[in-house]
Amino acid sequence: MQKSSFFTTTFRETLLRDRGGAVLLSVLLLLMIFIPLLNLGTGVDNPLHVSTYTVTLLGKYLCFALLALSLDLVWGYCGILSLGHGAFFALGGYAMGMYLMRQIGDRGVYGNAELPDFMVFLNWQELPWYWYGFDHFWFAALMVVLIPGALAFVFGWLAFRSRVTGVYLSIITQALTYALMLAFFRNEMGFGGNNGLTDFKDILGYNLQQDGTRVTLFFLSALLLALCYALSRYLMNAKFGRVIVAIRDAEDRARFIGYRVENYKLWLFTLAAVIAGIAGALYVPQVGIINPGEFSPLNSIELVVWVAVGGRATLYGAVAGAGIINYAKTWFTSILPEVWLFALGALFVIVTLFLPDGLAGLLRRRKTAAPPAAQSQSGEAAA
Amino acid sequence: MKSLHSLSTLLRVILICGVTLGAGTVAADAVPPDPLTETATMLANGDFAAKEAAIERLSAIDDPRVLPMLQAMLAGNLYRNDDGRLLQSTGSDQPVTVTDALSGQQQSDIAGDNLKKISINNKLRGALRSSIAVLSLSHGDAAVRLQAAQDLLERMDDKLVPLLRQQLQTESDTRVRRVLQLALAFGDINANDSQQRLQAIEILADDGQVEARQRLTTLLATGTDGKPLESDAAVLAAARKAVARIDSRAELYGFAETFFFGLSLGSVLLLAAIGLAITFGVMGVINMAHGELMMLGAYTTYVVQLLMPNAIAYSLFVAIPAAFLVSGLTGIAIERGVIRFLYGRPLETLLATFGISLLLQQLVRSVFSPLNRSVATPEWMSGSWQINSMLSITYNRLYILLFALAVFALLVLVLKKTRLGLQVRAVSQNRAMARAMGVRSDWVDALTFGLGSGIAGVAGVALSQLTNVGPNLGQGFIIDSFMVVVFGGVGNLWGTLVGAMTLGVVNKFMEPWSGAVLAKILVLVFIILFIQKRPRGLFPQKGRAVEH
Repeated sequence: MQKSSFFTTTFRETLLRDRGGAVLLSVLLLLMIFIPLLNLGTGVDNPLHVSTYTVTLLGKYLCFALLALSLDLVWGYCGILSLGHGAFFALGGYAMGMYLMRQIGDRGVYGNAELPDFMVFLNWQELPWYWYGFDHFWFAALMVVLIPGALAFVFGWLAFRSRVTGVYLSIITQALTYALMLAFFRNEMGFGGNNGLTDFKDILGYNLQQDGTRVTLFFLSALLLALCYALSRYLMNAKFGRVIVAIRDAEDRARFIGYRVENYKLWLFTLAAVIAGIAGALYVPQVGIINPGEFSPLNSIELVVWVAVGGRATLYGAVAGAGIINYAKTWFTSILPEVWLFALGALFVIVTLFLPDGLAGLLRRRKTAAPPAAQSQSGEAAA
Repeated sequence: MKSLHSLSTLLRVILICGVTLGAGTVAADAVPPDPLTETATMLANGDFAAKEAAIERLSAIDDPRVLPMLQAMLAGNLYRNDDGRLLQSTGSDQPVTVTDALSGQQQSDIAGDNLKKISINNKLRGALRSSIAVLSLSHGDAAVRLQAAQDLLERMDDKLVPLLRQQLQTESDTRVRRVLQLALAFGDINANDSQQRLQAIEILADDGQVEARQRLTTLLATGTDGKPLESDAAVLAAARKAVARIDSRAELYGFAETFFFGLSLGSVLLLAAIGLAITFGVMGVINMAHGELMMLGAYTTYVVQLLMPNAIAYSLFVAIPAAFLVSGLTGIAIERGVIRFLYGRPLETLLATFGISLLLQQLVRSVFSPLNRSVATPEWMSGSWQINSMLSITYNRLYILLFALAVFALLVLVLKKTRLGLQVRAVSQNRAMARAMGVRSDWVDALTFGLGSGIAGVAGVALSQLTNVGPNLGQGFIIDSFMVVVFGGVGNLWGTLVGAMTLGVVNKFMEPWSGAVLAKILVLVFIILFIQKRPRGLFPQKGRAVEH
């Protein structure tokens, strides 16, 4: 009893000290209240109406924000630049996609209740063993967490134990996602090859095309983002997070003091992969497709730029960065598609040269100029 | 003339014979029709069976007019006009000339004539080819005889045997002799005399091609009772040995071919990776835009070929220095403009150069369009080197392999023997000490980066001869070339050479049983595991500089 109250008080204190986080959580709360109201509660011709398209788009951004948050944990706080983080996102997405495929049942083009369309098309006779269990939501949900987590655990165990660090780690994570992309492009893998998984009909019996389902998915994305944010913030302010930051700043010293550096890194990496997997699982029912393109190294590296633009080691910066850049991407690709890659490329260069701490750093710098009282309130000054 | 058509068919044939002879007289007791004219008429007017018989008879007639006539017929250039005369055209060559097949007279006015093509079917086509080949066997040119003998190889039958034996006695060219012997062996393999069969087996084993192996395996066939059909134990043993010999040879050549493909892939990896081995290995700079510098080199080749469309053969020799300059200068610009502000921050360098790679890709897309551009392969690089009947090597892969080794050797020389190389090595080993000794480290950095980038450009020229030139050309190589550098050992050029060749060969040897994509995945997984065990690669750099 006492322990639990201790836990809750520190948790609350942690969050209260976190200004950016407070803003973020409030915004999320507002979105969770008003978006469903404005979409479901108003008519289409009402000027305040938020279209389902916008809801889905926002939901997509929230999933990306969750993904960015998970990368910020490993990169911002621990200095592990994973260039293959998108792989965990995609794996989570595939796990969810497999569940959604099984839900199609006999409503596919070939009307085969036993096999998904692409397997019928490839003349497969029976369901591969690794598809067993995906008829059940609980199993798929478990896999969303387990598969990215297990991959990250094995990969991290191998990498951190043999002290692969810095750019080497970045490159082998990139090779990891590249290898996975090539593998998932193969039809023989049994994940739909090039086309991936699509044509989903419903989730837990609710039609995916209905506004209510879309809004619920949006709501869940926002909720999970808020929860993961709170958990990450708590962890990073706890002793675990302090050790992680120490490892980032001076790995050898942390090791010499007696911390098992590789264990800390491994758990953090696994946690981040799990969060990325959850983000992927939320993403797939909203966009309605998952294909091997999600594994492409370019996706993972774009993700790095979201975090870099928002500001590393702030958590809320990563969320903001993901939102801003994806909004810009949507805007550019619809109006000036050829400019987008120029803009993205320039962004990489500008941020690394002139904005090493991202937008959050810019805000903080302005705050530092303000009276010192304001600075001491900022929970991030220590980090 | 009109009245002739009303006469009976028999009379008409005779009349036409007269016309083709140029006699023009309607007299049955005139000159007796010579066999050539007679069979030619059969060819012109008969049905398919008659035509076949005519072809056979024609090939027995020793007349120089026969071969061109048969060739024209095979090519569909033999016609019959209203008079039933055979005319042959020169086919699609402009201007088309039409000559009388027998008299050889050029026909100037054919506009009014109703020409009918002498139609042929597949059976006739086969008969024509055989006849042409038989006739060509006595041709004066050895190359024509060789071709004829090879054609006959595919359509051997018993009737040809005496003819070939006769040819073999007079034939002097060894290559033609070998083919003739092989053709005879195809028949002799079923001869009654077991000695003859043994000889045939010997010849077939020497040849060792698919067809020969197939003939040999027919000897090994077993009857319904499970016993071999061949009664002579010696022949059976010889045939078994011959098949085994062919198989082991095929395996050897297959191995050699795969090995060469592996080296070829390795040479591409080497070209892609040695530039990186300098910028990453020597300077410690991660240049994610390296692939795009290669792409620039490939596009430079394209532009050079646009500028000199009449001298494609020499275009590569212009393109190589041009690509070196274009990519090298771009590299120096990148180093001066971005990278030098980021020394000591490898992860930031990685991100910034990745941004540059996106910029360069989009730039090329905007300037040259997102579609692939085709780069011509010079004459001297196309075709292949036929080492023997089972092994051939394409010239472009061979030249690129040699080129990669030459670039590598040159680079090693530059680093070991020149002043710049000395300074580069000094800066890479101990920057502070090198500066203290008076080396202008920033100048060395820029030049080193320029050198590495220039080599990427040169690699692009080579790649333009192997793959499509498009904005995504470089993207596919960046991970592979990093793998090579990391696998071989950072900062060690020889490691890069060994790493590239090993990965290339391993990849190609795995492909047959795992498929190309899976082979690539397995290699990637292997390297990931390898780095765990030996984080500094195959040939780690020794010395104090190694630690951080």
